[in-house]
Amino acid sequence: MARALINIPQKAKRGEIIEIKTLMSHPMETGFRTGLDGQLVPRDIIEKFVCTYNGEVVFSAHLYPAITANPFLSFTTIATESGTLVFSWTDNKGETQVQTASLQVE
Amino acid sequence: MTTTRRQFSLLAAGASLALVAPARATPEKMKVAIDAFTGGKPVTEGRVKFEISLLVENGNSVPLSVLVDSPMTKDNHVTRIGIFNEKNPLPDVAIFHLTPRSGRAQIATRMRLNDTQFITAIAEMSDGTYFSAKKEVVVTMPACVEE
Repeated sequence: MARALINIPQKAKRGEIIEIKTLMSHPMETGFRTGLDGQLVPRDIIEKFVCTYNGEVVFSAHLYPAITANPFLSFTTIATESGTLVFSWTDNKGETQVQTASLQVE
Repeated sequence: MTTTRRQFSLLAAGASLALVAPARATPEKMKVAIDAFTGGKPVTEGRVKFEISLLVENGNSVPLSVLVDSPMTKDNHVTRIGIFNEKNPLPDVAIFHLTPRSGRAQIATRMRLNDTQFITAIAEMSDGTYFSAKKEVVVTMPACVEE
């Protein structure tokens, strides 16, 4: 898989609700299109997205082919303590890509 | 029984239609997908603020956002948000799992639209009730047409 962009504030106040935006570079090939050879292009999509915050799952999503190429996801979480957020994207072949971001809570 | 010429041509037409017509979700299929999500429980309209363009030129990327009216406490929060469509090849779009640590029941993403259709957003509450909102989106150039 490829690159992901993660937009998260570097610092937050304790108890503040922060918005997290992620953009993953991925074709999200639906498996419904025919290629130039007349054959169906095999499905290649990200099916599962998980975000953990210091080890605890705070958000996850199950995606279907109706989600656009380069899937964009935005969600919120409460800034509880300084730590690491781990983002993982898993495709339908079982391959997972992981990225992390750190958050400082004051 | 011998097959008459007419029967044969009808059969052939039917078979080729079945081959050519791509599988598509229908309002009925969307209902089945929603029932699978809710376990057949009743869904009440309201509490869900669903934002999506009413008219889009390009169905390849349509931004949408959902905000559910919920205190998001341990005892009273949104557990899942599901997005469903009527006319894409599959009725499901995405299912989001939220937790009390979400703070706010708010998500945003971008979806493909194959045709003008109703999109439904359903929120599952921690007490097992379901709330929904639906929007009709007019699409002038559907997704899935270009190769």
